[in-house]
Amino acid sequence: MGRYVFKLPDVGEGTAEAEIVAWHVAVGQRIEEDQQLVDVMTDKATVEMTSPVSGVIVSLHGTPGEMAPVGAPLVELEVEGAGNVSGKSATPAPKPPHSDPLPQKEARGSSVPPPAKPSLAPSSGGEGQGGGAVKPAPTPAMSRPAVATRAPDTKPLASPAVRQRAEELGVGLQFVPGTGPAGRISHADLDGYVSSGGTVGRTRGGYDRREAIDEIRVIGLRRKIAEKMQEAKRRIPHFAYVEEVDMTELEGLRNHLNAVRRKEQPKLTLLPFLMRGLVRLLPAYPQINARFDDDAGVVHRHAGVHIGIATQTANGLIVPVVRHAETLDIWDSATEVARLAQLTRDGKASRDELTGSTITITSLGPLGGVVTTPVINHPEVAIIGPNAIVERPVVRGGQIVIRKMMNLSSSFDHRVVDGFDAAEFIQRMKALLEHPATLFMD
Amino acid sequence: MAETLKTKVLVVGGGPGGYVAAIRAGQLGLETILVEGDTLGGTCLIRGCIPSKAFIHVAGEFEAMHHASRKTRHGISLAAPPALDMPALVTWKEGIVAKLNGGVAALLKRAKVRVVDGWANFSDAKTCTVTCKNGPVTIQAEHVILANGSLPVELPFVPFGGPVISSTEALSLDRLPKKLVVVGAGYIGLELGIAFRRLGADVTVVEALDRILPLFDTQLAEPVRKWLTRSGVTLHLGAKAKGLAERKGAAALTIETKDGKIEHLEADKILVTVGRKPNTHGWGLENMAVDMDGRFVHVDDQCRTSMKNVWAIGDLVGEPMLAHKAMSQGEMVAEIIAGRKRRFAPVAIAAVCFTEPEVVSAGLAPGDEALKGIETITAMFPFSANGRALSMDAGDEGGFVRVLARKDDHRLLGIQAVGAHVSELVGEFALALEMGAVIEDIAGTIHVHPTLGEAFHETTLRTLGHALHI
Repeated sequence: MGRYVFKLPDVGEGTAEAEIVAWHVAVGQRIEEDQQLVDVMTDKATVEMTSPVSGVIVSLHGTPGEMAPVGAPLVELEVEGAGNVSGKSATPAPKPPHSDPLPQKEARGSSVPPPAKPSLAPSSGGEGQGGGAVKPAPTPAMSRPAVATRAPDTKPLASPAVRQRAEELGVGLQFVPGTGPAGRISHADLDGYVSSGGTVGRTRGGYDRREAIDEIRVIGLRRKIAEKMQEAKRRIPHFAYVEEVDMTELEGLRNHLNAVRRKEQPKLTLLPFLMRGLVRLLPAYPQINARFDDDAGVVHRHAGVHIGIATQTANGLIVPVVRHAETLDIWDSATEVARLAQLTRDGKASRDELTGSTITITSLGPLGGVVTTPVINHPEVAIIGPNAIVERPVVRGGQIVIRKMMNLSSSFDHRVVDGFDAAEFIQRMKALLEHPATLFMD
Repeated sequence: MAETLKTKVLVVGGGPGGYVAAIRAGQLGLETILVEGDTLGGTCLIRGCIPSKAFIHVAGEFEAMHHASRKTRHGISLAAPPALDMPALVTWKEGIVAKLNGGVAALLKRAKVRVVDGWANFSDAKTCTVTCKNGPVTIQAEHVILANGSLPVELPFVPFGGPVISSTEALSLDRLPKKLVVVGAGYIGLELGIAFRRLGADVTVVEALDRILPLFDTQLAEPVRKWLTRSGVTLHLGAKAKGLAERKGAAALTIETKDGKIEHLEADKILVTVGRKPNTHGWGLENMAVDMDGRFVHVDDQCRTSMKNVWAIGDLVGEPMLAHKAMSQGEMVAEIIAGRKRRFAPVAIAAVCFTEPEVVSAGLAPGDEALKGIETITAMFPFSANGRALSMDAGDEGGFVRVLARKDDHRLLGIQAVGAHVSELVGEFALALEMGAVIEDIAGTIHVHPTLGEAFHETTLRTLGHALHI
């Protein structure tokens, strides 16, 4: 028998550390070679770590949300044969896996039991992005609610004196939460109920108050999203610009194309047309198709158009990138967007497919609303967000007609994009979209 | 011209429900009249609880002496068997009744309650006429509290009269019957049957059901059944009383046994104790326009009848027909009339049975319908492991304390006991249930040594899996 220590390997591209996202094993568990051990997340990709050996887990190092440097021991196993370390334990005084102090769940009442130690065993719900699934930090289990709840037909539990006082006060004891053993209502509980105007626990209308506060640790992808958003808003002085676009013509074209498309061709959404518009316009606005390295004070203006497509996944926002959109026709654009969205939702998008965008489109489709003020995908300098298309009465040639109208919202980095240029850019986009033939004419 | 009295509160019936209601109403400053045709105290005091307990006490003493006369017992021997002077016993009993009766009268007087001696007859819901010695008195009241109580149920084919007696007559016999047949093995029949057996009568019990004490579970009734068998009481379970017959010039009760055979049980007296019925006839209830609930007067949880300001309490309004329930309701109604907010919502109305051994029950028992869907835990502790029980020669009669609690939060749901003197434990049982005690509350209470109450403590410990003395 020997000890085998599994260390965090170099997960590529000069990564120095990775965040532990989820454990798939527990101490004492026997595992086979190639069995999934742990998910770690680097810059954008989540990597599933599998065990190179079979054995019994002796210890785990780190809790989900913790950063582990490359080369740090993650798992210690007892294996047949010699193992890869000598001595009893590979790590000096291994940190107990649950040492991370968890904030205590907030609860009312004085008889709050101490939070149970969180179980390290991974929860079974591995939904979402496969290995990149971000599981909420284990919340302490409540062994008994501080305020016992009663089934509708259960008689409230209170001493005769409390019952008599409640009767005199005109208080129905079935509405009073009891903090005593087995939910017994004390004089203090009754006082509390009365002094709160009879609203503790239950309102007059018979609707339950919701008292629970769940603590969800911001880790994994959610932490990444939080950091990115904070970075963007802290560094970039955004300005928003909104213009309304008559989409009647383009919608007609899109519906026609969808009606006559070949079987192997994807269904067209608005996105490929917007991408086409960007590809057409951006050569004239190089300051908008750019990445601003503000630490170095350099703007990288890209000739190629790499369009980030903001994508909602089960775990949060991810932005896969359509590379060199200028090389794609309308159908290829649609295919590529669909492919990337699927990969992203499945958690299988590669690092390349998740980095390097020069401008981003964020579309909520039918949820688009009237106006959005999108957050720029730092270090890009512009983002556009189409809003919902609705039929509205508008004036055309002195007549009120019904047109399919859409607002096009956008945000720009005011440090490197002037308002005039941005407005002109959006106006030209409007012109392209309102005369869809021009999207395809040189 | 009849005298007419007007009052705020009229209480009809001087039993435990009525006199307590009247005392409380008087205490609260309400002008109150109580009407009672018999002596004050009702069934409980005159011909129920109190006299029967006096009888049972004497029967126990007599039996102990009788045993000692046959052979030395615990070092005591008697040269001659004891002799029973039945009229003297009845006189002693009546002395106690008279004393308590006088006590009730004094309490009523102190509470400034006017007692009208006679039977009330209602012409409408708020007006009654009482036939007094000096002529009729009409009483008109703002509030009427009906506390008319209950009467023994008569068997149509074994009517009261001659050798057939109810519990009332059984407590006033001038001679001990040599042969007593008791029809009905409920608590009244067994209490009296056992007392007469201990006084030396030859006792046979006839019960239509397959078991004795049908209001208690079989586990609780078992020590009583054993006592009956051991003491030579003949039990006919599943047997029906068919009628009266004559055998060799003496009275006899004809019964059909469980297997269909007709038997004639010779008897000096036939005590019929097949239950009690609310006293709803003969005093004008039908003129009061109150709703009924089966045989009982219908009331809500404040003892209001369907007629405004007419209240009803005690045996008249339903089971359990127990004095302590009536007293509690009487007190409550007086307070409601005085403007207090009250509701009759006890967790438990405990019941006591002064058999040999005694049986008590508070709250739910295992197997009760109300327990459906509730996970429970239960344990019992035998008095054979209780020092005080042994020191009273009460350790070998099969007695025990049993508790029943919810499994999830350990709240006590029911407490029962069977054994010598357990009637004195039942107050603690009821208190535990009313206070919403959990098992740990009892387990954490130091119970005095050496007492029978320790058995309750030990039972809760046993429920938790760590009884100390077993």
